[in-house]
Amino acid sequence: MSEEIIIAGFGGQGVLTMGEILANSGIMEDKEVSWMPSYGPEMRGGTANVNVIISDERISSPILNTFDTAIILNQQSMDKFEEAVKPGGMLIYDGNGITRHPERRDINIYRVDAAAEAAKMENKRVFNMIVLGGYLKVKPLVKMENVVKGLKESLPERHHAMLPINEEAIKRGLEIVQTVHEVEK
Amino acid sequence: MKKELKLMKGNEAIGEAAIRAGADAYFGYPITPQSEILEYLMAEKPHERTGMVVLQAESEVAAINMVYGGAACGRKIITSSSSPGISLKQEGLSYIAGSELPCLVVNVVRGGPGLGTIQPSQSDYFQACKGGGHGDYRLIVLAPSSVQEMYDFVKLGFDLAFKYRNPAMILTDGALGQMMEKVWLEEQQPRMNEFPEWATTGKKPGKERTVVTSLDLDSAMQEKFNQKLQEKYRELEAKEVRYEAIDCDDAEYLLVAYGTSSRICQKSVQLAREKGIKLGLLRPITLYPFPKKEIGEMCGRLKGILSVEMSAGQMVEDVRLSVDGKVKVDHFGRMGGIIPSAEEIVNALEQKIIGG
Repeated sequence: MSEEIIIAGFGGQGVLTMGEILANSGIMEDKEVSWMPSYGPEMRGGTANVNVIISDERISSPILNTFDTAIILNQQSMDKFEEAVKPGGMLIYDGNGITRHPERRDINIYRVDAAAEAAKMENKRVFNMIVLGGYLKVKPLVKMENVVKGLKESLPERHHAMLPINEEAIKRGLEIVQTVHEVEK
Repeated sequence: MKKELKLMKGNEAIGEAAIRAGADAYFGYPITPQSEILEYLMAEKPHERTGMVVLQAESEVAAINMVYGGAACGRKIITSSSSPGISLKQEGLSYIAGSELPCLVVNVVRGGPGLGTIQPSQSDYFQACKGGGHGDYRLIVLAPSSVQEMYDFVKLGFDLAFKYRNPAMILTDGALGQMMEKVWLEEQQPRMNEFPEWATTGKKPGKERTVVTSLDLDSAMQEKFNQKLQEKYRELEAKEVRYEAIDCDDAEYLLVAYGTSSRICQKSVQLAREKGIKLGLLRPITLYPFPKKEIGEMCGRLKGILSVEMSAGQMVEDVRLSVDGKVKVDHFGRMGGIIPSAEEIVNALEQKIIGG
């Protein structure tokens, strides 16, 4: 098993944290993991993305050009990374602010309206956990108990009171994810 | 304490490793992409954990001279910076090597020359391996390729530095500094409480005073000292070469790469083998001493070697010296903070070596 993921959106959406939680969850299951962020001036107020790899084997390159999964959280990232999904791979996105929806028909496309759901929950900070829930519904790569452990590991202790609401957000994501297009098997 | 497993950034791993290796002090000055080393150490308050001192100096020049002072007292001292800051430290490094003192210097390389870019690069190979400061000296240069090795090589670097009384350098880059991987953390090692006889720990009755200097105005004596240094470097070359060979047993072609590029090259080896090209990878772990003999012995069975670096071609000179003209050697690299893709490297191999 090897899953090569890109998570891309705006700085502040919790892109890097979502990647960290996935990586930590992978460690809980004895997987090899890598987390490689874009870093530099473009991060300040601009776009942010991170490559995460979870694998049974030693990870070669932590930096990738094509992905099994793209988790897309804004239009710029859609424009940049829709093409980077491997044929037969998966793209999951939040519809908020998306004006050009994904067009490819050789990949599996899912939508999770996490921004709208976070507004309903009256807590926009759990946005990324709703997205994560949506992703895990489609690819149950790691067990939910290990995601919760990963979350605990990634969240600074002073925020541990927030663990239950984050767990709740992951569950919401599991429920609201919709299939847009699936490749015929 | 049991071994601990943690997800860490390369820079943080270096900070934690310094504490656990029993370092006495870190002196440094912030610069991207390695500021997390200083930040991590400040946040960890190692003075409470082991008594280790962490100090932000007023400049890189001040920091390396604090290292010089601490090392002269026989203490385990570490400093870190990125390319432009490492240039500033070169005078101090030459003095430390000339005084035969151990210390550990971390260079988290960014693209140059000048202020360059904050993105990763490998263009400081010449500076690290061929002597960035003046005089006939060498650094022991270690090139990690994973966050685990970033951690492990702190202890290894200190051990080699003390064994050979010579400064050691971890030569890494912004990609390894910023990325997270899992790291096995070793148990805390106590700080030293006994110091080597060359250390300036105060004159005791009946003992000659200890002098640490890199100055000898008597040319005959200075030459003798230089010969002694050279003997040390020959010993390093004979005993301390480290490398990793991946898929080399049946290889017809070879990539040579270190650090971040060696990770990309592992993927290139997979891609090339899917195409039926018998490709291997030799990853030098010590850049000085360079695995010259090992590459030289291997080259008889090879049709060509591509040296892959994020530079204009620096290590490729050592690869050429290793094979002594017996096999075709070329270089492929990207500069300015751009990391080549695995596919690009396979294309370069096909064009420059297989088809060329």
